[in-house]
Amino acid sequence: MTAVSLREEPTETTVLAVPGMHCAGCISRIERGLAGRPGIVSSRVNLSARQVTIEHFRSLKARDLVAELERIGFEAEPRKGALAASPSQARPLLAPLAVAGFAAMNVMLLSVSVWSGAEGSTRALFHWVSALIGVPAIAYAGMPFFRSAWGALRKRRTNMDVPISIGVVIATALSLYEVVTGGHDAWFDGALMLLTFLLAGRTLDAMMRDRARSGVDALLGHAAQGAMVVASDGSLAWKPAEALAPGTVIRVAAGERLAADGEILSGHSRFDQSLLTGESAPVAGSAGDEVLAGTLNLDAPVDVRVAATGADTKLAEIARLMEAAAQDRSKYVRLADRAARLYAPAVHTLAALTFAGWMVAGAGWHQSLVIAISVLIITCPCALGLAVPVAQVVASGALMRAGIMVKDGSAFERLARVDRALLDKTGTLTLGRPVPDPQVLDNLPREAASVALALASHSRHPLSRALAAALAARGHAATPIEDVAERPGEGVFARWSGREVALRRPEGAQGTAVRLSMDGGAVWQIPFADRLRPDCHAALAQLGELGVDLSIVSGDHARAVAEVARATGLLAQADARPQDKQDLIARLQAAGRHVLMVGDGLNDGPALAKADASIAPGSASEVGLQAADLVFVQDSLLALPRAVRAARATMRVVRQNFALAIGYNVLAVPLAIAGYVNPMIAALAMSLSSLVVVGNSLRLTRAAR
Amino acid sequence: MKVLGLLLPVALLLGLGGLAAFFWALRNGQFDDPDGDAARILIDDDDDEE
Repeated sequence: MTAVSLREEPTETTVLAVPGMHCAGCISRIERGLAGRPGIVSSRVNLSARQVTIEHFRSLKARDLVAELERIGFEAEPRKGALAASPSQARPLLAPLAVAGFAAMNVMLLSVSVWSGAEGSTRALFHWVSALIGVPAIAYAGMPFFRSAWGALRKRRTNMDVPISIGVVIATALSLYEVVTGGHDAWFDGALMLLTFLLAGRTLDAMMRDRARSGVDALLGHAAQGAMVVASDGSLAWKPAEALAPGTVIRVAAGERLAADGEILSGHSRFDQSLLTGESAPVAGSAGDEVLAGTLNLDAPVDVRVAATGADTKLAEIARLMEAAAQDRSKYVRLADRAARLYAPAVHTLAALTFAGWMVAGAGWHQSLVIAISVLIITCPCALGLAVPVAQVVASGALMRAGIMVKDGSAFERLARVDRALLDKTGTLTLGRPVPDPQVLDNLPREAASVALALASHSRHPLSRALAAALAARGHAATPIEDVAERPGEGVFARWSGREVALRRPEGAQGTAVRLSMDGGAVWQIPFADRLRPDCHAALAQLGELGVDLSIVSGDHARAVAEVARATGLLAQADARPQDKQDLIARLQAAGRHVLMVGDGLNDGPALAKADASIAPGSASEVGLQAADLVFVQDSLLALPRAVRAARATMRVVRQNFALAIGYNVLAVPLAIAGYVNPMIAALAMSLSSLVVVGNSLRLTRAAR
Repeated sequence: MKVLGLLLPVALLLGLGGLAAFFWALRNGQFDDPDGDAARILIDDDDDEE
């Protein structure tokens, strides 16, 4: 029966991002929870990408699937571009790496026989087999380098891939010539081993970026992607944000974000504008007031007439500021590329001089060429190619275990030089969300606490969720309640063992609070406030010890900022617009400082993009997550000094790696120029220097402590 | 030296076999979700079939 109906309805596939899943239990809860639901054919969780792929009937919309996952207990967001899982950068390198590794091992075996004294026809046979394996393998596995080198040469630039490509191609060509003419030495093993080591470095580098990106991708998706449109006849229909036009009336439910700028037509509510302005206190709005896209409606549903959509909103304006700043930063040249700029010409000159020198000395063109190539091979930046990526991969792995995701390898280089930090207030120094007063919760009787938890868990209101989370964290369990009703703008009401209980908004209270009332019993007022992150003082002190000068820059009003400035003992600038923050950073940079920006909001986006390095908390806005180099997912602010320390340790190791790699060259190059290097010595020296560099980098596994 | 004629192809074939297996795994989506696959072995699903 079901099988028939399955075939009848056309199905489609939707990919949802589910940031909240992290273990086997989550996988089975989601897959079992979705199995057998009407309209859903199959579902598959991808834990690495934090995504669920669902095959479902066409009649089921993405919104229904989000609701379905919400029922199971996970927040989800449809992925734009349907199936577009972000493409991996490491995947395309795996096949070349496997080919190079396979070929290098086999050719090396044959070469060992040649080195240990194979003669005559045996040597010729071994060389031929090596060539048969080596030439196609080099052509295939070398493609990533050849392509990149060609791209650089066409733009009349040079990069690390140019000397690699030239070295590999010439070595292969000469080896082929040697094999055909029955010569003594072939260099296939050296060329292949070089490719293997370099591809390993590249793959590690790409894997690091993939891992961090999928982590950050999963956190994204806080902005509203659409709105409930009220038609003139009063009917409601969901429309995506792109389809909204000025003049449309949208209904925004409590707890929902606005998808467009507009003016309130009817209803009265309070709005959390912290995403745009950094202002922590909710702003009241009623008919006639202006509201902005990206703000969160807190209390009651309102109807809004859309005034500006898409690129015309305040939100988009900030995005444009950011884009301009990000372009500035892309001019930063990575350390490895700077090294390559000096290294490549030096190596080529050296090889050319060697060739010329031996020709002058009367060695004949064949011998001169062989020696010049041995110089090229021995100087090929094998250890240099590993020096930076291995250190960064090990360090970013250590940081990831500590809850800090590094989005870009060059972030280490920029973060290590930081000597000035600007901190946003809301959501950065503070948690950015209302937290119930811990003292009041401590004094709450166990019974009342479990009733409050039960009531709060029935509401999606931000205060209820915060209360539920705080009570659950204290080890309270919800008690069964009956007849639960949530009245928008008032609170949650229910019956508990015959008594009326309620979690409601207090009348005329100062600040944010909820009131827990139990019929015939006591009434508790639970105040809410945005609190400093845990370990805030320790973290700021440690940053000071690291030689980083700190100050606060916030879009919030002076009074709120002054309070936090007093609590932390830092200088502060209040009422800063996104543009002001960006200008401040530009001034500091002009004064020769290296600025670290720590912020979360949309209003910090331009500053995050402008600063030398930037860190955002995992709770940050989509814009903040995208603009920041590093994202820390835990509440504790200790992530900041930890990241700076790890970055400095990484750069120390990278510099040591460079010294080791160059030191090896200083020893090996004179031997090569003098003509003493044969393929065996080249192979030994190359693997030895690479192993030393990898071993040195592995010391960073403890960098995040 | 005759033994070389046997050992050489055997060694190469074994290596090629490994390479082919790796390519098969790559194409077959074995590397799509390493974290998920590591976690899935912990799911106890004896009582229902998928």
